Amino acid sequence: MPPPFDIIAWLLPGALVTIKVTLSAAALALVVAILMGIARSSKNRIIKALSGFYVELFRGTSALVQLFWIFFVLPLPPFEIFLTPFQAGVIALGLNLGAYGAEVVRGAIGAVPKDQIEAGVALNFTPMQRMRRIILPQAMVRILPPFGNLLVELLKATALVSLITLSDLTFEGLKLQQTVGRTTEIFTILLFAYFVIAYPLSRGVHWLENRREWR
Amino acid sequence: MQGVDWQFAIEILPKLLEALLVTIKATFIAFGIAAVLGLLLALARRSPSRWLSWPSSAIVEFFRSTPLLVQLYFLYYVLPKYGFKLPAFVVGMIGLGFYYASYTSEVYRAGIEALPRGQWEAARALNLSSLHTWRAIILPQAIPPMIPSLGNYLIGMFKETPMLAAITVVEVFQQAKIITSDTFRALEPYTWVGILFFLLSYPSSLLVQRLEVHFGSVK
Repeated sequence: MPPPFDIIAWLLPGALVTIKVTLSAAALALVVAILMGIARSSKNRIIKALSGFYVELFRGTSALVQLFWIFFVLPLPPFEIFLTPFQAGVIALGLNLGAYGAEVVRGAIGAVPKDQIEAGVALNFTPMQRMRRIILPQAMVRILPPFGNLLVELLKATALVSLITLSDLTFEGLKLQQTVGRTTEIFTILLFAYFVIAYPLSRGVHWLENRREWR
Repeated sequence: MQGVDWQFAIEILPKLLEALLVTIKATFIAFGIAAVLGLLLALARRSPSRWLSWPSSAIVEFFRSTPLLVQLYFLYYVLPKYGFKLPAFVVGMIGLGFYYASYTSEVYRAGIEALPRGQWEAARALNLSSLHTWRAIILPQAIPPMIPSLGNYLIGMFKETPMLAAITVVEVFQQAKIITSDTFRALEPYTWVGILFFLLSYPSSLLVQRLEVHFGSVK
């Protein structure tokens, strides 16, 4: 390809890593968000307090600090947990976004009308059945659009993993810039590369929101 | 706890607190930029002229869809090529301020759109000039409900400041990195940074929750 576009070929492997980190962290965040969101809506005080602590801890400190803590501090005593950069990146971003997602889930569960739950009790559903068959399906409608926004935030946050030496899009871009120069071209293409991945995601969210309105 | 050097932990605290002041300063300066620029962007997006509204929408979408870290690298490495040799701190403020302006502009837009049409019509019926309408009717009513959302973004910016370390600004996170590379101890510095962030952002978010109750919130 002619110059500036030859850079795209150089950056492709990095883009794949970025997408891989995004999807893996999104899967972790989704599980964590639903579990913690349900836990925060629990009547059990201990479960509520523990999940509240998790959410506030991860929302109250910076994602970059969490990433460094997990990558550089966990291998040390007293923890001695060794993670590859990829594992550390996925765990840190998944837990961070999961905390934000948990708040979304909690809000959506709280917004399900009370008589729906009472009807479930009247029909002799177990609490598990009520959650799975009545509350979550109704909460999902409210959960999806904010989750789409969080997915875009997650994609942008994956740029941080370049700082713990994972060769994602940003890392490859910086490496290329240090070896061949061409600073303006490389960083412009880097920005557009993220935009090309993120923009369809945010349009998709928009589309979902509108579809929900005329339903 | 095993593995923690308590004396070392206490020794490094003053250095970290000093750098924390840089973090706080950076947060407020960048927030000032984001608050003003966001309002300008929101007004431009509402402009009847396409030459204003289209580029400002494009800017907002682009800034919101690309990582702050890459935007910071862009400013830090590309600006000097065109003769703008600015200190890292200034570059960081421009980057953080512009990035968050794209978020605050949406807050302003939602707040302005939430005002009843009757307010605009009444202003027109009273023959107020457009500047007068904005200054005396629209903004005084639209801004108070935005305060909680703006507060949330202020806290959000605070938590993004560690990224400035990537362009060599010595804020609290960079200071922790420096201490770690000097002493080969990572546990104490990074744990302190986490604790300091939490101690500042958690009470602030409680305060914002109270503001939400006080003002009613705009989504």
